[in-house]
Amino acid sequence: MKARHKRFGFIAAGLVGLGLAAWLVLNALDNNLSYFFSPTEVVENKAPADHVFRLGGLVEGGSLQRGQELTIRFVVSDGANRVNVAYTGILPDLFAEGQGVIAQGRMGEDGVFIADEVLAKHDENYMPPEVAEALDKAHNQATEATN
Amino acid sequence: MIPEIGHLALILALAMALAQGLFPLIGAHRGIPSWVAMAKPAAQAHLLFMLVAYGCLTYAFLVHDFSVAYVAHNSNTQLPTLYLISGVWGAHEGSLLFWALTLALWTGAVTFFSRSVPQVMVARVVGVMGLVSVGFLLFMLLTSNPFDRLFNPPAEGRDLNPLLQDPGLAIHPPMLYMGYVGFSVAFAFAIAAMLGGRLDAAWARWSRPWTSVAWVFLTLGIVLGSWWAYYELGWGGWWFWDPVENASFMPWIVGTALMHSLAVTEKRGAFKAWTVLLAIFAFSLSLLGTFLVRSGVLTSVHAFATDPARGVFILLFLGVVVGGSLLLYSWRAAQIKSSVKFQLVSRETGLLLNNVILVVTACSVLLGTLYPLMIDALGGGKISVGPPYFNSVFIPLTVPLALLVGVGALLRWKSDDAAALAVRLLPHLLISVVAGFGLPLIFAPSFSWGAVLGVFLATWVLFTTLQWLRERAGAGRGLWQALRSTPRGGWGMVFGHLGIAVFVLGVALTSIYSTEKDLRLEPGENYSLGGYDFLFEGVDVTQGPNFTANRGRVVISRDGAHVATLHPEKRVYAVQRMPMTEAGIDAGLFRDLFVALGEPLGEEGAWAVRIYHKPFVRWIWLGGLFMSLGGLLAASDRRYFKLARKARLTADQAAAGATA
Repeated sequence: MKARHKRFGFIAAGLVGLGLAAWLVLNALDNNLSYFFSPTEVVENKAPADHVFRLGGLVEGGSLQRGQELTIRFVVSDGANRVNVAYTGILPDLFAEGQGVIAQGRMGEDGVFIADEVLAKHDENYMPPEVAEALDKAHNQATEATN
Repeated sequence: MIPEIGHLALILALAMALAQGLFPLIGAHRGIPSWVAMAKPAAQAHLLFMLVAYGCLTYAFLVHDFSVAYVAHNSNTQLPTLYLISGVWGAHEGSLLFWALTLALWTGAVTFFSRSVPQVMVARVVGVMGLVSVGFLLFMLLTSNPFDRLFNPPAEGRDLNPLLQDPGLAIHPPMLYMGYVGFSVAFAFAIAAMLGGRLDAAWARWSRPWTSVAWVFLTLGIVLGSWWAYYELGWGGWWFWDPVENASFMPWIVGTALMHSLAVTEKRGAFKAWTVLLAIFAFSLSLLGTFLVRSGVLTSVHAFATDPARGVFILLFLGVVVGGSLLLYSWRAAQIKSSVKFQLVSRETGLLLNNVILVVTACSVLLGTLYPLMIDALGGGKISVGPPYFNSVFIPLTVPLALLVGVGALLRWKSDDAAALAVRLLPHLLISVVAGFGLPLIFAPSFSWGAVLGVFLATWVLFTTLQWLRERAGAGRGLWQALRSTPRGGWGMVFGHLGIAVFVLGVALTSIYSTEKDLRLEPGENYSLGGYDFLFEGVDVTQGPNFTANRGRVVISRDGAHVATLHPEKRVYAVQRMPMTEAGIDAGLFRDLFVALGEPLGEEGAWAVRIYHKPFVRWIWLGGLFMSLGGLLAASDRRYFKLARKARLTADQAAAGATA
């Protein structure tokens, strides 16, 4: 085998490998992205009806209902709008009323967001950047509306 | 008074770091011996001042000096002593101080243990590390001074984040930081070699043990973090593809590639430019990790509340380090020539494939981690990339790696005979296929192709690696003699690769055969999972040193025989009023039983309870420990010390010649 052929072989193998990796990556990205929506966007029907997404905001004070069973209901609000959420399972330790929260799941037919996952935080002072931005936006819209 | 001494020590350390960065580098460039000679004393003084600063902060914790803002925010008089000491690195400012101290420690170690390396080279290495220190010390003094005072000191501190009050987490960050920062040595060696224009086998040989030791620390840090997440967060998972986990994993992957590439550069003089590039990237990814953790730009369980100025500073610093070193690289790379030839079937090719796969894997993890940031910056909305992305990319990319791990080591340098290799490998292939199908069919509760693949790969790695040891025998040597004559470097490879076999088996079996259930249990109620009966006996209240706990009692039995009694807790820490789950775990080599408490449900004493049965989960961490042991053995290979002794005389003569 000549050196030129060998080099060509290496390059071809490299390109095939790279192509395969790129295909894997793009394919996986396409299927596993979830977009973030605020309660206002959900109320305005901007969130997908048939795809998983992330809902973020504050857990409204006094909205948390624990029943006899494992299903927990609460309201996520950004100050302007509210969305009912149901979650079955055990909540992370730092979940509390008045705290920021991100829930991943999809909209149910009755307008209740069914969460598969509720995100935990290490630090009680920490506010997820998405949630902080959503709260700001809702607040600004409210002040614009009153002016 | 003591905090002011600490602050002053930090400023002096900055001055020393400046001297350590500037004089040796300029001196080495201009050929001024007295400036070159400043490297060691400046680095050692820098280390001394860092130790003083660090000691001052630790002292402030031990005496509960709440006039120091950092102590007031992260400590409390009720805090046990262990957490007073580990609390020093528990939050932003202190962990940066720890970062800078670690860098000074590594630099100090370079000055003490590099007597075989020419003085000019050491001066350059120490100089580059000094410049990195300058960046970090400036960052600390300008944006995050751990010694800031409060005008009205509170009577009581706000306490350490309860999640961090755990022995596992007390040692996880130091290990991780030793690893992150340790790559700065490999980085500094690469930059120094480029500056000096001497990119030869000697440079790779000096750099190798340092890289291995840093890699060992990083491996242990990641293993500890994974283990801690498993038992402390109460989620029972061991890896979440969280951005910050990825931040520690990417330097690990590139560091692994670097270790292998350094081997080729040292033994064969090939891949020189590539090795330099890997050293730059391993350290850059460590810095990126620091940026991701400290800036709070990503939604992550590790994110701390931070102010944006810090993020901007680290991003600028990252830009200077990466940009500067790549600029130097582009200028020097043209002069680096690897004129060594090798055939298609050779160990070089094996290591090349190893490097290509690892780097592609690191890139795909990087893409998944930064994709949300890129899309957000382009105005595409807020998105997140879930664990399924990482799993569906990571697994197909790393399966070929596991196939090649043992084979690559069996190949000869330069060229090997493919047909003869196939004959050597055939029996192992047969055994692995039989084991891959047989073991899951006999022992597993259900058939799964994933389990077949996992067991096949683990057996394959195991047998091909053992074949390497077997082949050292023969040629007139008995097996025992061969084992005894195998150098530590060889053993390091064997243990590192066996670690992969153990890890692969653990990951495959845990992911496939774990069962879990969230359920509501009343006292006296029973639940069966994975062949075990979990009897919930109720919850009582107990008192800890600085917390109150609801302590559950779960009796586990199998076929009527008692297996274990677990006490999962739900703690509430007195100061921060923060609830914390302490899982009850019955650990075993072949399975873990895991119980965590959720919330009380209703008035009859019922609780939400999470139960897991996790086969082979320990093997994941065991694999990591094997790999660390391998790295340690490789780093302590006698030839580094022998060479060190031999090279000392000639090196000093050469250095004298070079600077004269």
